[in-house]
Amino acid sequence: MSAGALLWRAVSGGALAGQRGRVALAVGAIALGVALGFAVTLVNASAADELAAALRTVAGTADLQIRGPRNGFDENVYGRVARDPDVVTASPIVEVEARLEGHDEALRIYGIDAFRAAAVTPALIGIAPEPLDLLRPGRVFVSPAAARALAVAPGATIEVQSGLAALPLLVAGLLPAADAQRFGVMDIAAVQDAFARHGRLSRIDLRLRPGAPHASVAARLRAILPPGVTVATPAAHADDTVRLSRAYRVNLDALALVALFTGALLVYATQRLAVARRRASLALVRALGLTRRALVGYLVAEGALLGLVGAAFGLVAGYGMATIAVHALGGDLGAGYFRGVTPTLVVEVPVALAFVLLGVAVSVLASYLPAREEARTSLAAALKAGGRGSVVHAQRLPHVAWICVAAGVLATALPPVDDLPLAGFLAMALLLTGTLAALPWIAKTALAAVAVPRNVPAALAVTRLRATPAEAATSLAAIVAAVALMVAMAIMVASFRTSLTVWLDAVLPADVYLRAGAAGDSGYLSVDAQRRIAALPGVARVAFTRWQSVEVAPGSPRVTLLARDLADDDVARTLVLVAGPRPAAAEAPALWVSEAVADRTGWQPGDTVDLALGGGSYRFTVAGIFRDYARQHGALIVERRVYRRLTGDDVANEAAISLAPGDSAGTFAATLAQRMPEATRMAVTTPAALRALSLRIFDRTFAVTHALLAVAIAIGLAGLSSALAASIVSRRREFGALRHLGMTRRQIAAMLVVEGTVSSAVGLVTGFALGGALALILIHVVNRQSFHWSMDLAIPYALLATLAAALLAAAAATSLASARQALRHDAVSAVKDDW
Amino acid sequence: MSSRRRFITTVVATCFAAARGGARAEVTYPAVTPRPLDFPRDHGSHPQFRTEWWYITGWLRDEAPSAGEAPRDLGVQVTFFRHRSGVAEDSTSQFAPRQLLFAHAAIADPALGRLRHDQRAAREGFGLAQASEADTDVVIGDWSLRRAGTTYVAQVEARDFAFALDFEPRAPLLAQGDAGSSRKGPHPGEASYYYSHPQLAALGSVTIDEKTHAVRGRAWLDHEWASEFLAPTARGWDWTGINFDDGAALMAFVIRDTAGRAYWAGGTWRDATGRVTTLRTEDVRFEPQREWRSPRTGIGYPVAMRVVAGELTVDLVPLFDDQELDSRASVGAIYWEGAVRALRGDRRVGQGYLELTGYGGRLRI
Repeated sequence: MSAGALLWRAVSGGALAGQRGRVALAVGAIALGVALGFAVTLVNASAADELAAALRTVAGTADLQIRGPRNGFDENVYGRVARDPDVVTASPIVEVEARLEGHDEALRIYGIDAFRAAAVTPALIGIAPEPLDLLRPGRVFVSPAAARALAVAPGATIEVQSGLAALPLLVAGLLPAADAQRFGVMDIAAVQDAFARHGRLSRIDLRLRPGAPHASVAARLRAILPPGVTVATPAAHADDTVRLSRAYRVNLDALALVALFTGALLVYATQRLAVARRRASLALVRALGLTRRALVGYLVAEGALLGLVGAAFGLVAGYGMATIAVHALGGDLGAGYFRGVTPTLVVEVPVALAFVLLGVAVSVLASYLPAREEARTSLAAALKAGGRGSVVHAQRLPHVAWICVAAGVLATALPPVDDLPLAGFLAMALLLTGTLAALPWIAKTALAAVAVPRNVPAALAVTRLRATPAEAATSLAAIVAAVALMVAMAIMVASFRTSLTVWLDAVLPADVYLRAGAAGDSGYLSVDAQRRIAALPGVARVAFTRWQSVEVAPGSPRVTLLARDLADDDVARTLVLVAGPRPAAAEAPALWVSEAVADRTGWQPGDTVDLALGGGSYRFTVAGIFRDYARQHGALIVERRVYRRLTGDDVANEAAISLAPGDSAGTFAATLAQRMPEATRMAVTTPAALRALSLRIFDRTFAVTHALLAVAIAIGLAGLSSALAASIVSRRREFGALRHLGMTRRQIAAMLVVEGTVSSAVGLVTGFALGGALALILIHVVNRQSFHWSMDLAIPYALLATLAAALLAAAAATSLASARQALRHDAVSAVKDDW
Repeated sequence: MSSRRRFITTVVATCFAAARGGARAEVTYPAVTPRPLDFPRDHGSHPQFRTEWWYITGWLRDEAPSAGEAPRDLGVQVTFFRHRSGVAEDSTSQFAPRQLLFAHAAIADPALGRLRHDQRAAREGFGLAQASEADTDVVIGDWSLRRAGTTYVAQVEARDFAFALDFEPRAPLLAQGDAGSSRKGPHPGEASYYYSHPQLAALGSVTIDEKTHAVRGRAWLDHEWASEFLAPTARGWDWTGINFDDGAALMAFVIRDTAGRAYWAGGTWRDATGRVTTLRTEDVRFEPQREWRSPRTGIGYPVAMRVVAGELTVDLVPLFDDQELDSRASVGAIYWEGAVRALRGDRRVGQGYLELTGYGGRLRI
């Protein structure tokens, strides 16, 4: 055996073999962090790629795009824009989300002028065996992905909803688009006819004369566009989509970092235990001439190995998670941002390498700290098998601790950076770091308050703990971090869920809700349909809503405008106002804005604002700010009476129906089906069902979070167990002495259990307190800035109490197990260890 | 082939293929029945009919060539097609593709030795593409042909050339066939309304290679509209329109069947005194004198023709051989359309255009 190998065996071999469970857990924790971060990045990068490819398909080689609100803009804009001398081709497009009959799903249909689109978006030109089909009404060309998803081939017929009627479309051929988007293409006139979009366009793609300056052409066009119609590069429109999902993504990334951090704490605990166990052999190799630097190097290499193995597993697991996630949830991990896009995963090697490095780096750092500590101990003491003797009495609060905490508190007041709650995450990280740094002081202060019990083992335990708060603190770091994060999430989720429940109760005051179509925007309720619904027997009152989209700030993504029939007390009853209400003058009618809109625009109740609507610009008074958990991008509410007067648009998408006393939703549905045959195309639901659905979606969204937290807790307990075991190993001589003094093994075990439990209790209290603070940051800073959702603090006391009890019991059990394992050696050998 | 080309080819080809008999009609197109032409109404568009074109061909000469350059002859051709697609007839959309417009333009430049050409295609609407019913006024974006007073004004901005030309009539309009109703086959439905404007004095500018030339010359306009004018068995035709130096004008055509046999022919001869002779099938013969084979498509064309039209015999020789026109990207056909000189013996007596279609497979116009 070579000298190097001998050395390696002495330094590493036995230690890793001796604690396979802990090593596996540490590797697993690193793997988890790497996997989560890698999966999130992978899914997102692939989705972004897919989105870019999708953009190339649907935007083609357009230099500029003109876009309007949801129901489009005046088509005569096309005639004007096409005459601009710098515009070579103007390609008008009408977009419709057509609900597929028999599905709760919509197919996006582009209505194009093939003569124009051929020069800009060739991927939208169908492959037509019968070329006039490109122009014929009732013909649709579908993307290969849509053909697969709908299981149709050219010659088949699909049915979509228009208004409240079914519209058969013959699949005349496929589109040459190669990406995974699902969509269909029809002639523009056919779409206008079939979906009652006469006179309206959704967008115009522009090809400019080569060399024409985009910015100045855009500025010139802006001058002739009606209010609310924008011109920008296609990439700018796509950026909006990507931006929407960014906050969600960053939050997932933060969760991945938390996993890595917990993993690092566990590696630290494991390495400390390993070092403690091998103190004698390490001292021996040092005595044989190994330098301190080389010792640190070996220990760090060992940590790097752990990190590398963990990261490797993490990459594989992350790829698996990403694969499952995109198939089950789509490219945005279930958040609903990129519809119709199922990305194919593309691994970028640099990204993969970066995650491996991250895994290795945290592991190396976590190994370096115990290694340096070990290398610093005096050789003579170390040779004496575990003589640590570093009982520190005066434990002051380190400067770094209070500086971190103070900085963290200050950071909570910072605004979002580039729409991301980076300051919030920083505050959380600072509070966590500060608390961990303050742990010895906290432990000392807390233990000083504990009365020394009469029972001898318990008394010994408390006294010992008081004497070595630093050691207690080290063993507690992992559990404090894990508990704090768990408590923070638990409080945040409970607050969110409670606020959501309250909100759902308020916004769903009617007895029955009816939508013109279960998906897409091709269904609507005509004035006639509205009249007939209102006249149905059993209907006491109907409030109709029309959806629109408007731009509230130049260049920012459009927000939903809800034009709603509002009776006098409806605002107070059905909107959860966080500011207002303010009265509005007749010449500037009331406009209610969601928190997201208020955050983005800075609008406050009482402000008068201009809004582009139906081709005109109108003045409104911001009457109040409402809470809206349904539309993260933001929403506005105006009275439908006002909206109809300003735009002339009198169809509706949705109806909230209050029934006469004694009538049930079931009776109503039966009446509706009987009196209105087109009711099969409407989606009729009760508030109870909507409420249940919303909460189910909520719970599913947070299920992943809960699973991750359970893992974090397991890691925290493992950390505690490692720390206890390390402490016990280094105290063999003490146990030997106690045995000589007449203490039984049972008593020593009892002492250790009390030690573990008491220190865990200190950790738990600290973790709970820190968790509460982190919860406040999550609620008021991170969520508020990420999603613009405010929520009321609701503490799940019962849940937290149960958790605390369970954790304490688990800590006691862990201590007992560690004590039993450590005390297998008999008293004689224990004493021999020392002398 | 790019998607753009693929689209335009297929749509337009279908439109024009439909113009021959036998295609499934989704609307009822009016038939061509003999009636007197009615001006200026008939200068305009006839949107009820399936197909219509305004076709100008002419010879131009550089007015002021650069120093050291001999004045050169250029051939010019610009055509606007209108097509009633038969679809979306009851649509209420402004985008309804009921009327489709196509345009085609080419310059025959001996210095280049082949044609420069380009095309446009659009549906009618928004004033961006339209054909007026009141008078000749056809527009597709920045391409247009309209009558101002009695003068035709053509504007074309193409990929590698441009022209702005005025065509002023120096002779009366010439109604073709039976007072403007021109039979194209043995069956009564196979006919078109057809008049020509020979002896147009051309004046204006042509821009080639970013160099603008002031030009002057002589041109010919055809305006023809029909619903089903070609028999299903038609394979192609030979057509010529010649402005004689003495002011006479000759239009002659033969239509060949799939066996290559000329089964129908016709034409009009107006002599220098203005006496008009209508030519029947038995009066007109196109006798190939020399074949030129296209190096691009491998198709052979009889680019030099002896035309026998009643008493008159002229030899047509091309300005240069390669005037093949690959319009697969617009009208969907490959054919030869070139500037020709008309000779009697060795003496030049006139100039005009010769069109040879259906030599590379079934004609699709």
